[in-house]
Formats: sequence, structure tokens, C-alpha cells
Amino acid sequence: MWVLLILVVIAGLWVVSAYNGLISLKNQTVNAFKQIDVQLKRRHDLIPNLVNAVKGAMDFERSTLEAVIQARNQAVKVNASGPEAVKQISQAENALSGALSRLLVTVERYPELKATGNISQLQEELSSTENRIAFARQLYNDTATQYNTKQQQFPTTLVAGLAHAERTDLWEIEDQAERAVPQVDLSRR
Amino acid sequence: MTSPDGNLFQQQEANRRRTTWLVIGFVLFFAWLGFGGDYVWSLQSHHPFPWVGIVLTTVAIITAWHTYKTGPEKVLWASAAQELITPQTDPERQVANVVDEMAIAAGIPRPRIWIIPDDDPNAFATGHGPRDSHIAVTRGLLKICNRDELQAVIAHELGHVKNLDVRLMTTLAALVGAVLLVREGMGRMMRGGGIPIRGGRKGGKNAGPLLAILLALWVISWIIAPLVTQLLALAVSRRREYLADAMSAQFTRNPLALASALEKIEGAAAPTTSIKSGAAHLCICDPLGRRLTNSEGWLADRFATHPPMSMRISRLKGMGYAQLKKEGGSSAISTPA
Repeated sequence: MWVLLILVVIAGLWVVSAYNGLISLKNQTVNAFKQIDVQLKRRHDLIPNLVNAVKGAMDFERSTLEAVIQARNQAVKVNASGPEAVKQISQAENALSGALSRLLVTVERYPELKATGNISQLQEELSSTENRIAFARQLYNDTATQYNTKQQQFPTTLVAGLAHAERTDLWEIEDQAERAVPQVDLSRR
Repeated sequence: MTSPDGNLFQQQEANRRRTTWLVIGFVLFFAWLGFGGDYVWSLQSHHPFPWVGIVLTTVAIITAWHTYKTGPEKVLWASAAQELITPQTDPERQVANVVDEMAIAAGIPRPRIWIIPDDDPNAFATGHGPRDSHIAVTRGLLKICNRDELQAVIAHELGHVKNLDVRLMTTLAALVGAVLLVREGMGRMMRGGGIPIRGGRKGGKNAGPLLAILLALWVISWIIAPLVTQLLALAVSRRREYLADAMSAQFTRNPLALASALEKIEGAAAPTTSIKSGAAHLCICDPLGRRLTNSEGWLADRFATHPPMSMRISRLKGMGYAQLKKEGGSSAISTPA
């Protein structure tokens, strides 16, 4: 009788701790996703500055600039929520990343543009922003993977329904072109 | 990617526990000093009330509490660090950005940044935990490291912050400082002619030899105290450097950058004069440039604050090559440029 009671208590304690563990991971995942959002917003705000700074000197590179502006406006417009949010936002943002890196490659070709302090500062800001997004994405992917693994693993999976745990999408790099983009090294040594 | 996450909670827990024990030990040490003095006193004359013990213990509790609270400030003050609030120059802007980036990667609030006006490359972290943390880097570090290397060094320091190493290490450093300070004060008082304690005069004719015994006890304890705290610092700091290196690799996904940063720091290994020996165990590499750090073995294991640089670098390179091999085909997790 006593043995049974102890077993029930132990099982109860385990359920509580497993449930709380899942909830904590769930909230961490949500928070990590919000962090990406914050950094994306920062990037959206920074782009007009960058474009203005290079506009004058790069009249003949109109198309590159316009691609960036367009991609940026597209990305700002995405206001998705729900399970598809990750996929939609990441698609728009990846397009913007591609356009931006092309612009930066172009800027590299204009030494006189780089010589002005303004541009080098902007470049530092931009490469930092890109890093922030990448790291926020990394944290999100790591946390989400942990969350996904935990809710699928036995025996935690038994409590997953109770905690309303659902698989979250990872922030993936979708199209092949974006993967193939050459690395732009803007770090100043 | 091997994740040190499993270790993280154990490490945090161990650090919390050790900090508590450190503070308790500090108070107990003073209680022993005080009540021991009372006991010696009571053997010789009528001394019913153990006020020395009570006073000393109270002082120790207040000191410990105060030290725990103000530890980070003291460590930063001792190394003459200046806070970086609005970055002015390009390197300052870069380090501010890099700290922001790594705080994001580590998933902790942004620490405050301090610059140490010293040309030798070094860095340390201090604070009580992720919510209240400080990162200090020397000008020399900003000068010799490129962006990736700086990132790796900052990530290493944030590793110390995240697993609460900073709490233990800072408290230890501040307590060592407090002991040294009190000892210095005592020395000054003794030179100034007698300890200004009320009971000293009330004790009467027998007070002479009694005070001598008491003083001997005190002097011996004061000599031992910093040694004990130093040994404590050594006992705990070697393994955590390896762990922080691993966490840096986890945050940056670029262990080779830390390896090359360590190589550069090692190459410029002049003593970092701004960082006092009391805070040596906080730094990314031994600021005293001690020979012992570079040897393995029983002696070094016990008396050096940092593991040998060559071991750390080779471990990081091992991680780097394993990662390159693994990433040969897939790039599921992007590596920030």
C-alpha cells in the first residue's frame, strides 16, 4: 500500500517537473523568436540610412539600390502570425538579405565611397545588424530544436499534450541562391 | 555541435552553492577569530561576555554582505576601468556592437562595457549574473583582435557570465581584497601604538601577555587568510576556463576565432599591469604572465589560475576541425559571417 502511494507521488512529481520544463522551453522559444523580430526591425530602420548615404555616389547602380528598397518594403509588410509565420517572415527577410549583400558587394567596388567616414560607420552598423539577426536566429533555432526534441522524446512526450506543446518551425535559409551568396567580409581589421 | 547545456545548469548550481559557502566560510573564519580570542581571554581573567566574537562576527557579516553587493564595482575600480557609454571611435563602436551581438547569441541581457587603458591584451567579466554583468576589455585587446576574434573573446566572457562563474569569482576577489584591506588597517593601528579597543584598558594588569597571544593569533590568521582565499581561487578556476571556451564556441560557432585570439594574446604576453593579482582568476589569460600557467602536472594544477594556453588552443582547434568536417555537406545552422 505504502509502496503504491510513494510511486504515485513520485509519478506526480515527475509530471509536474516535465510539464514545467516544457512550458519553460516553450516560452524561451517564443522569446527567442521575438528577439529575431527586434533585430529585423533594427535592420529595416537602418536600410533607408544606408540607401541615402550611397544614393548620390551610385546613380548608375540604380537597380541594385531599388532591389534593396523593394525587398525591405516587402519585408516590412509581412505581418504574419500563426504556425506559418516563421516561414513567411523568413522568406521575406532572406530575400532582403540577398539584396543587401549584393549592395554591399557593389559598395566595395567604390573605394571613394568607402573613404568617407559615414559609409564605414554605416557598414559597421550593417554588418553588426546582420550578425545580430544571425545570432538571434541561431539562438531561436537552438532553443526551438531543444523544445522540439524534448516534446518528442520519451517519456516527456507523454506530457506534451498536456502542455499543448507543438513542433515549432526552425528558421531556415530557403532558396538555393541565398545559400550560394558569396561571403562579404566587412570586418575591419 | 556538442552543447554544454547539460553542464550549464550543474555549473550554475555549483557556482551558487560555492558562493554561499564562500561567504559562510568567511564569516565563520572571523567568528573563530573573535570567539577564539574571547576564549583565550576568559582563561586568564574574568571575561564573561564574548564581545570580541560578537563584534567581529557582526563586522564580518556586514563586510561579506557589502562585499557581495559591491564586488563588481570594486574589481572594476581596482583595474581602473572606464565605462563605455557612448562609443566615440571606430574600435569602441565595434566592441559595443560585438557585445550586443554576443548577448543576443547567449540569450542574456546586454552587459555593461568597460575599457581598461592598458596596452596588454586581456579581458574579464564580473557581476552577479546575467541580469547584472560587466565586461571589461583592455585597449590592447581592441588593437590586436579582428572582429571575429573580439567576438570569440567576448563570447568566452559571456560564458562566464551565463554559468554564474562571475558571481563566485567576483565575490572571491572582493573578499580577498577585504581581508587584505583589513589586515593593512590592523597593521597601521598596531604601528600607531596599540589596538584602540575599549577592553584593552579595562583588562587590567594581566592584559600584557594576553594581548600578545591574541595578537599572535591574529597575525597568523591574517597571514593565512589571503593564502587560503588564493588557494580557493586556484582550486576552482582551471576547469571553468575550458568550459567558457566551449561556450564561446557554442555562441559564435567559430572555435577557430577564439584559438587565434588566444594565440595573439599569448604572443603579446606581457603582464597586464592594470589588473591586480586579486582579480587574476577572472581574466581570459593570466594577467601576471606566470610561467607556471604553461605547464601541466600536479604543481600547476594546484597553483596556476589558468590552464596552459597550448592546451586550450589545441582543444579549440579540435572543435573547429570537427565542425568543418561535419558541415561539409549541410549548413542547417548558418554561421554568421
